[in-house]
Amino acid sequence: MTNVRPTSFFEATARGRVAKLVDAGSFREFCPPRLRRTSPHLARLNAPVAFDDGVAVGSATLEGYKILIAAQEGKFNGGAVGEVHGAKLVGLLDRGIRERPAAVLLLVDSGGVRLHEANAGLIAISEIMRGVLRTQAAGVPVFALVGGACGAFGGMGIVTRLCNEIIMSEEGRLGLSGPEVIETVKGVEEFDSRDRPLVWRVTGGKVRRALGEATYLVDDDIDSFRSVTAELLCRYGAKPLAVADIDEVTAEHARLAERAGRFATARDGREIFQASGFVDLDEVSLLPVAKFNQQLLEYI
Amino acid sequence: MNQSSENPVMWDALSRNSTARLERGAAFARGREVATEDITRLLEAVIEPGDRVCIEGNNQKQADFLSRSLLKTDPSRVRDLHLLQSVLALPEHLDIIERGQVSRIDFSFSGPQAGRLAALVEQGRITIGAIHTYLELFSRYFIDLTPRVALIAAQAADREGNLYTGPNTEDTPAIVEATAFKSGIVIAQVNEVVDKLPRVDIPADWVSYFVKAPTPHHIEPLFTRDPAHITEIQILMAMIAIKGLYAEYGITRLNHGIGFDTAAIELLLPTYAAELGLKGKICTHWALNPHPTLIPAIEAGFVKSVHSFGSEVGMERYISARPDIFFVGNDGSMRSNRAFSQAAGHYACDLFIGSTLQIDLEGNSSTATKGRISGFGGAPNMGSDARGRRHASPAWLRAGREGSRNRAMPRGRKLVAQIVETNREQMQPAFVERLDAWELAESAGMELPPVMIYGDDITHIITEEGISNLLLCETAEEREQAIRGVAGYTAVGMGRDRRMVENLRDRGIVRYPEDLGINKRDANRDLLAARNIKDLVHASGGLYSPPRQFRNW
Amino acid sequence: MEHFTLSYTTTPRLQEGHLPRLCGVVASGNLEVLVEPLDAADLCLIEVNTSAPGFRVIWEALLSDFVERNQVGGVQISINDAGATPAVVGLRLDQALDAYRSGL
Repeated sequence: MTNVRPTSFFEATARGRVAKLVDAGSFREFCPPRLRRTSPHLARLNAPVAFDDGVAVGSATLEGYKILIAAQEGKFNGGAVGEVHGAKLVGLLDRGIRERPAAVLLLVDSGGVRLHEANAGLIAISEIMRGVLRTQAAGVPVFALVGGACGAFGGMGIVTRLCNEIIMSEEGRLGLSGPEVIETVKGVEEFDSRDRPLVWRVTGGKVRRALGEATYLVDDDIDSFRSVTAELLCRYGAKPLAVADIDEVTAEHARLAERAGRFATARDGREIFQASGFVDLDEVSLLPVAKFNQQLLEYI
Repeated sequence: MNQSSENPVMWDALSRNSTARLERGAAFARGREVATEDITRLLEAVIEPGDRVCIEGNNQKQADFLSRSLLKTDPSRVRDLHLLQSVLALPEHLDIIERGQVSRIDFSFSGPQAGRLAALVEQGRITIGAIHTYLELFSRYFIDLTPRVALIAAQAADREGNLYTGPNTEDTPAIVEATAFKSGIVIAQVNEVVDKLPRVDIPADWVSYFVKAPTPHHIEPLFTRDPAHITEIQILMAMIAIKGLYAEYGITRLNHGIGFDTAAIELLLPTYAAELGLKGKICTHWALNPHPTLIPAIEAGFVKSVHSFGSEVGMERYISARPDIFFVGNDGSMRSNRAFSQAAGHYACDLFIGSTLQIDLEGNSSTATKGRISGFGGAPNMGSDARGRRHASPAWLRAGREGSRNRAMPRGRKLVAQIVETNREQMQPAFVERLDAWELAESAGMELPPVMIYGDDITHIITEEGISNLLLCETAEEREQAIRGVAGYTAVGMGRDRRMVENLRDRGIVRYPEDLGINKRDANRDLLAARNIKDLVHASGGLYSPPRQFRNW
Repeated sequence: MEHFTLSYTTTPRLQEGHLPRLCGVVASGNLEVLVEPLDAADLCLIEVNTSAPGFRVIWEALLSDFVERNQVGGVQISINDAGATPAVVGLRLDQALDAYRSGL
């Protein structure tokens, strides 16, 4: 019983995720560590820096499709976005407009703005959001892959939702305000951030999939992320990205308003699962991914 | 024998006194059953000043309701107590000392209350009789520390007072036997009173009273280690342990001291050890609590038998589904027994391996630190050579030969290993010239420095740098260099005599990963058979049900 | 933060043509190690940036042992450390050098 074991996406470093996600050896890094584009803000604060400022960006192929890819290192400052980190992401998205890859992949593992960098961090996040929209407007899809320890929160949560498709593992989380922030501001009765099952029922991959925000729910292994990404690349290759027209946007707004109304009083992912057709609510969180996906499709 | 008629010798004073106590207690009980609201008055009625009172509680099961009730007793009636306890775990255990009702304590371990205890000792508010290892304390219950009153915890009682202690039987049989058969008073708190027990663990004859506690006694999941926290360094040390010690000596029977280092070993069995062809050759028989991290090894067929000191929260269904492995009653639930498991670890195991905080140049190992009087629990017993042992095993014979030093009479030897990273958090060294235990002894007025495992019992030391075999050292100087040779970049390690260490390495006394054929780059978390709690649940086929704090689902 | 650079004379490098390699992550108790080629074939330069000041003596002992054990001529090593223990530093250096040599 040895190691033909799948490689955990959750456990891997950002570079480890890229290496195993893309076609072997195809990754060409932009702004590599040897260029030492480190954060001047962290240095001024006497905090340790990383040679890549916590994000690896570059080009690669995936099942032969040309892609641009960015992977945030969640273990460095919680994957938070600072000026240099943000500039690398924006630069990548802009490059996407010039080079027109099959897609830009964002491996999001971030709590959002790097508070140390204050306004520089905030500006960086907003530039990333605009970058995503610009790249999409140029006809290049942007996919988010969320499965790390930090999840996708804060400004990066918004960036993730701007993407055309989101692939999540059940270990991944997607939200805006972080659980601790909610508890601090609203009190523990409103949200107990130490109730980890609750946190995952509200922000985890399964509930995001049930709500339809995540397109795919996959097992925590890089191969699963890869094969589902390949499916998306194929699908978008066949039917290129069209800019949404005003009717589509209005319909989407109406749909979101209806959904917000339907779940106005829901306080827990259990209610989402129930509305999605799951019967044994205690079992949902322990269901293997394949079973969960199968049952979800049956109910839809 | 001549007896003066003025002073006849009474040979049944204890039982007469007990009868008197029970007569006083009758007012607050119906038969053996005491109503929840009457317990404090009952305690006041049956406890007398100066009594030796044993309060059951290990680091898992606690007689917490009885402890709280003791705190409510009238200090003028319930006073001058001599407390006997395995573990001082709850704040209540020290509150009663602060109330001035206790004059003396004998115990084994006090982890959570160690700082507070040290403060009370310093203030002169309590005398410590002695700190013991568990089996030693139980032993004294039968010699010179027999409890007069025992406050115990059980899962259930029937109307007669028979008790079911179930998976968490733990210390109860040892405590109750000593007390009941010296005319003592046994009072049990139970979670429920039922018509029929699943099985009888303690017969009603041995029990004086039982009371239903308002809330079930708390059990701490102390032996659960989340694999998510296991580091690459711990995995490297586990590889060194498996290849350099377990495989080397063919260790089939063993005990693991609790910790992430040993959890890493458990999780490497189905992967790394299996790759080395060691299934069936090592780790078959265990004295061990039901560690969730052992599940993959059990499922992979490494393990034949596990006897436990106590149970572990969340493991009940898994244990019941594996009755060939664990000790399970006809009723389907486990029975643990700390006294027997400690004896098993001492005499029937070929290896103890555990972690520590400090090791000195002789190999003395201690977790004692200034300002905390904590004791060592079962480690001194597990981590000592069993000189009364007579049956042979290959590992025992080999260790005996290696440690023989030209002795005319050959004998065997138990393997006792300490596994520790050379630096702890904040770069605190694990290897020191002088243990903090010396300072603690001075400040707390102890006769001896509190040592967990003595240097002359330790046979091997494992760090991230390598493994030292102290058995093969011929002189104290060699022993010191063998320790320095694996002490990494601590001051002790950097003070090594390089040439001597190279010589020891040539003789196989000190071995580094490359000497064992271990590639350090293989030491990564992919080698773990389970990388998080959920993996353990899946490995158990859904039978393991982790407590809340370990879940994120 | 503490910054220092150490310079070691070594046996000349055996092979050319290695690409820079990065190993590890700057997280608490961890470090990243960047290994790059250096023009001077018989020199090893090691630059340490650490958020845990005051342990230079240990760094020097550990790094000189590392250089002695390995053929690191013509190599430049740059470290961003966030308080890793010597055990972790040693492991990461080995991993980084291995990645550099094997090109993986």
